[in-house]
Amino acid sequence: MLQGFLQYVINSLQWGSFYALIAVGYTLVYGVLLLINFAHGDIFMVGAYIAFFVSSMLIAELSGFASGWMLVAMAVPLTMLLTACVGVTLERVAYRPLRKKGAHRLYVVITALMCGLILENGNLALLGASRKKFPEMVDTVVLNIGGASITNLKLMVIFAAIGVFLFLHWIVTKTKLGMAMRAVSFDKFAVPLMGIPLNTVIVFTFILGSGFAGLAGMLFAMSYPILEPYMGALIGWKAFIAAVVGGIGDIRGAFIGGFLLAFIEIGVASVLPSSFRDLFAFSILLVILWMKPTGLFGIAKTTKI
Amino acid sequence: MRKIVFTALLVLLFAAQAIAADTIKIGFNIPLTGDIPKVGEASKFAAEMLKEDINGAGGLDVGGTKYMLDFIYEDNESKAESAVNVALKLIERDQVVAIVGPNSSKQAVPAGGTCDDNQTPMVTPWSTNPDTTLDRPWVFRAAFLDPFQGPVVANFAEKTFGAKTAAVIYDVSNDYSKGLAEIFQQVWEGKKGAGSVVAFESHGTKDQDFSAQLSTIVAAKPDFIFVPDNYNQVALIIKQARQLGYKGPFMGSDAWGSAELMTLCGDDCAGQYFSTHYAAAGATGKTKEFIDRYSAKYGYTPDDVAALTWDATRLVLQAIQEAGKVESDVRKERKAIREAMSKIQKFEGITGTMSFDEQGDPIKCAVVVKISPKGEFEFTESVCPQ
Repeated sequence: MLQGFLQYVINSLQWGSFYALIAVGYTLVYGVLLLINFAHGDIFMVGAYIAFFVSSMLIAELSGFASGWMLVAMAVPLTMLLTACVGVTLERVAYRPLRKKGAHRLYVVITALMCGLILENGNLALLGASRKKFPEMVDTVVLNIGGASITNLKLMVIFAAIGVFLFLHWIVTKTKLGMAMRAVSFDKFAVPLMGIPLNTVIVFTFILGSGFAGLAGMLFAMSYPILEPYMGALIGWKAFIAAVVGGIGDIRGAFIGGFLLAFIEIGVASVLPSSFRDLFAFSILLVILWMKPTGLFGIAKTTKI
Repeated sequence: MRKIVFTALLVLLFAAQAIAADTIKIGFNIPLTGDIPKVGEASKFAAEMLKEDINGAGGLDVGGTKYMLDFIYEDNESKAESAVNVALKLIERDQVVAIVGPNSSKQAVPAGGTCDDNQTPMVTPWSTNPDTTLDRPWVFRAAFLDPFQGPVVANFAEKTFGAKTAAVIYDVSNDYSKGLAEIFQQVWEGKKGAGSVVAFESHGTKDQDFSAQLSTIVAAKPDFIFVPDNYNQVALIIKQARQLGYKGPFMGSDAWGSAELMTLCGDDCAGQYFSTHYAAAGATGKTKEFIDRYSAKYGYTPDDVAALTWDATRLVLQAIQEAGKVESDVRKERKAIREAMSKIQKFEGITGTMSFDEQGDPIKCAVVVKISPKGEFEFTESVCPQ
């Protein structure tokens, strides 16, 4: 019984880490721009594909010289950087022109939805419908803790999520840039008057959000090594819902929401038939939103982030 | 100048119509995108090869007249509702005389209903769910059935693994996977008593994380795990089960048999067994000839879907030939094909000899293959219906 519970906690922590890492991207962009970046799930998908190409290249070039973990250590920053470029490109091409023209937020959200579909179908057209298999970079070691199994990969995913949370918390609360982000979130129109470069702050937000989507993509591809163009759609939606339940705009909220969703989902799937998984998971979240419409950590209409 | 162009166009138009009069149109309702794109690709490649053969020889000989073949490939995106739309499109817009496909039962069951209602012959190459052809006189198939496959799997596992208990994980939204899982459970519990299937877990088509279900399975300590799932999910399930500490064997069904299984699954799948329609490694005669030609042309060993599509399409062509003449009215031609098809008693396919029962289901043998460390599907044993 106890070992079953321990296994459940480990499974949920790993699955929740992916939700949390993606939810952070929604929350950051929403916090600064009040924009729901619906393309974010697909940026995660692009991140996984970038990780695939980066890793394949590194393995082909360096497999003789470097160990698996060294390759991972090289692939992670490269993937994060390239995925961040994709996020920033989207901002440049799709969102900034609309912002400059003073378009209503609704149109920007619709543009984001379109961008997501473009990424999915662009991938389908460019790379074809066949799935890609992510190369195995490190040997999986199965560890046994009190009867529950955990792999080195799962541990890495969980630690990465915790690390990202601490890092972001530090950025937002302790650095000048974080202060600028909070300022933009507070009043977008007054901020440029104070000499804060608005666009730089926004670009930086996209770099952070997309970078961590890239990290999530890489870790996801290592854990579930089969890539397909639509892999980001469903998990993106769910991470968005997790962010809303946690209180969108709040980094703690994104993480708590992500883990909460994973605990409910995996819990439901382990007791009930899996067809009830999403039904129950989202019904529970709905109940939470009834009681607290702004999400667990959300505060209505004040500074977000 | 304009007049000349106009006349030329008119001539071309008539010429095209004249050619069209001598062609036979067959539709293919296959998954070129979606969950199992490799299945659609294999079907298309096999059909293309057959078409080139026949058109290269001047066309199909029906009652002394040669007809060129025109194959129309439509993508059903591996979705049930798209399969119905594709079937309607092929029947109404393209006016095909018969349809080959869909492959997976998830699409073949609904599309079979559509074809039956519209009185168009349909032959599914790969669908093993009984409902596809049940009480549908216009629907046929080239594969064996799950009520036959289920016992094959159970008997083999009992004998080879010496297993007493089994666990099952299946896709609840896939007719094929769900049907086969239930049949297996029935057969196994019939043999070993109630409760000998120690875990019976399901998942959704889009799921990527199976840790909850697999934890339950691993905790129940089964002697083997039966996975009647599509090859793309098999790769994820086996990997995750190993990560949860499961060390025992797996047993699969014919949906494993894709050329892409080993690319996706890698070493995790080596050494496992699954039941399927034919074994490519060690094939002889016409089957070997097909495999060699396909591999030379497309660069990989054809899987069972390719071989079954070849058989299914040849079945349609044979029915057209046996009908004796091609009717100019599509409806009459469809009826003639159905009549001829229902009369075929015995058919020598490259996936084995088949005879048909009154439901349009072939009676044929299944094989169990073992995945070698090199990733080849090696013949282990053949099981024929009594």
